Amino acid sequence: MSADAPPPGYLAAEPGILAWFRTLDHKRIGLLYLFSITGFFMIGAAAAACMRVALLSPQGNLIVSDTYNRLFTLHGVVMIWFFLIPAVPNVLGNFVLPLAIGARDVAFPRLNLASWYIFMAGGALVLYAIAAGGVDTGWTFYTPYSSTYSNGHVMAMAAGVFIAGFSSIFTGLNFIVTIHRLRAPGLTWFRLPLFVWSLYATSIILVLATPILAITLFLMALERGLGVGVFDPKIGGDPLLFQHLFWFYSHPAVYVMILPGMGVVSELFACFARRRIFGYRVMACALLAIAALGFLVWGHHMFVSSQSLYAGLVFSLLSFLVSVPSAVKVFNWTATLHRGSIRLDTPMLYALGFVALFTIGGLTGLFLASLAVDVHVHGTYFIVAHFHYVMVGGMVMAYLGGIHYWWPKISGRLYPEWIARSSAVIIFLGFNLTFFPQFVLGYLGMPRRYAIYPPEFHTLNVCSTAGAAVLGLGYLLPLIYLPWSFFRGAPAGPNPWDATGLEWRTASPPPPHNFEETPVVTAEPYDYPPPP
Amino acid sequence: MTSSSASATSSAREAEQSVTNRLGLWVFLATEVLFFGGMFVAYVIYRHTYPEAFRAGARLMEFGLGTTNTAVLLVSSFFMALGDRAARAGDRRQLRRCLLCVATLGVVFLGIKAVEYHSKFADHLVPGPDFSGTRGPLEIFMTLYFAMTGLHALHMLFGLGAISWLLWRNAGGRPVPVEPVAMVGLYWHFVDCVWIFLYPLFYLPGR
Repeated sequence: MSADAPPPGYLAAEPGILAWFRTLDHKRIGLLYLFSITGFFMIGAAAAACMRVALLSPQGNLIVSDTYNRLFTLHGVVMIWFFLIPAVPNVLGNFVLPLAIGARDVAFPRLNLASWYIFMAGGALVLYAIAAGGVDTGWTFYTPYSSTYSNGHVMAMAAGVFIAGFSSIFTGLNFIVTIHRLRAPGLTWFRLPLFVWSLYATSIILVLATPILAITLFLMALERGLGVGVFDPKIGGDPLLFQHLFWFYSHPAVYVMILPGMGVVSELFACFARRRIFGYRVMACALLAIAALGFLVWGHHMFVSSQSLYAGLVFSLLSFLVSVPSAVKVFNWTATLHRGSIRLDTPMLYALGFVALFTIGGLTGLFLASLAVDVHVHGTYFIVAHFHYVMVGGMVMAYLGGIHYWWPKISGRLYPEWIARSSAVIIFLGFNLTFFPQFVLGYLGMPRRYAIYPPEFHTLNVCSTAGAAVLGLGYLLPLIYLPWSFFRGAPAGPNPWDATGLEWRTASPPPPHNFEETPVVTAEPYDYPPPP
Repeated sequence: MTSSSASATSSAREAEQSVTNRLGLWVFLATEVLFFGGMFVAYVIYRHTYPEAFRAGARLMEFGLGTTNTAVLLVSSFFMALGDRAARAGDRRQLRRCLLCVATLGVVFLGIKAVEYHSKFADHLVPGPDFSGTRGPLEIFMTLYFAMTGLHALHMLFGLGAISWLLWRNAGGRPVPVEPVAMVGLYWHFVDCVWIFLYPLFYLPGR
């Protein structure tokens, strides 16, 4: 082995492409997910690009409304179920979790691989639905439109989402059992890194919420396929029940799309400020609190759906409560920076971007949780901007930050720092240019999901499309330099960031069985030297 | 000496693995509870909205067959529990007898269910265009009946598959499958519990 090459590790353990499809190694399965969701991300991003280009003109010259409907449905379904939900848990979680708790693998490696195959089967059905002509219901599949009137490939799309749901459930199950059973000696619950806590909170949501989505889509499909549903108003059914069941899953699912990001960002703050996370225990409890409260706020998606005013009041109050643990997290991250020796490496840039954008996304969430304001902005671009600030500004930033942070561990090599920093800055600027105008558009009353809009909204839409182009460039750069560094980057060594955390105590890339010797934990996490 | 300490560590590892497996199964059962839970919510809401239609629907059910099936399933769970005890005692023949009883009772349950379904088809009580009654909430009752008992029957089929697998495992020259019997047993009891809720909800209203 020459001095300028990292040790072969798990990447060279079993030769051949086929070995990757039979592997039980959590690290390889994490990479399988990385490849698959990057593909899905590109499909979803292409749909978004088409929409932004079409919105350059108010008259909708480029594509007809029906195509536009299919594009935003595609974008929503692919980005939510095939990128955001699996992004951090299935890629980074799979790769890092066993390493971070000093285990050889997850509790059920076979189930882990099966979960990837199930995910891909669901993905294949969704791709089929897209190729066959797409679906125009929006990602929410609201009845009775989806069950009775839509002429898209609703069944294939819903079946794809249904199947992919089982992949989520099995991953969640695997992580819960792994965290309970396979922690290294001395690694007590309050010594777990916050990323592990966030995966635990996420897994609980995945296991308890996803089955509701499955049964809801099943009942919808029953109605569409056999005409025997329970949501059909013709026979006394209540279409609103579909919305209740759907959001009972989908609101907690929103927290599946943010909690793991919070976990990643906590790791980044601690490492690049060289500080213990301020209020570590509170941070862990806040993750669980957000997960628990997430099950009680679904009605805030339905304020204008004719649900009872009193239900609306309760859901509004509960939604405000979510801001308490969320704000605790933001304050504690900020307090962690205080008197830290901060290094602005790429992961830290992403982490800072996360906090800035998540804060905006979170605060505008309070507007939407207020009954009266929600009536004004419901169904407008305001809400589009709000959830993109949390999902893209929050989760995608955290995901990219995590990918850069653990990249030396994944590949054994360093990525080029300067170009990576520039791409982080480009993404931050492009993101704001894309989505900030949408807050204004929404507040001025531009409804979402239309290909045609009044000419007075033209300027802001052009800004947004220009921002999307910048954002696209920012996303393209890592797609080029990360694969390049995989083969050509400088060897990273076991711990290039000088970070705490068990995953940094083994070689980069790690050997197939992770640790030469099971690590023993004697201290709390983030045990960085005290500031001078 | 060395071999006995090695077997001691391997049995300790097996005990550890057994706890891990069971935790996994319990988490899976939690998922299953929520899976059926969505439909139970739909049932509660519609029964509250249309109490009369649900009583009328329950009167269309074959009370005798439903009650018999409840008894069949409870007895099957009893044999499953006996099988678990036999497996832990290492009694291969007793385990085989118990599993055969469980499987037979499971098949009887599905057979009775098939008879019930058939009579609903024959009487045009299956929701949809062919429905004999007036279109309305009664159809919702029947949809929920078919969806919930149908999914329950699907779970029974998986269970029967698992029992057959246990019988095959038990027949080979390998050690008695203590752990798999315990796991399949938990699952079987869970499916049994679901029926214990389905039976009063569909057969007993207005009775």
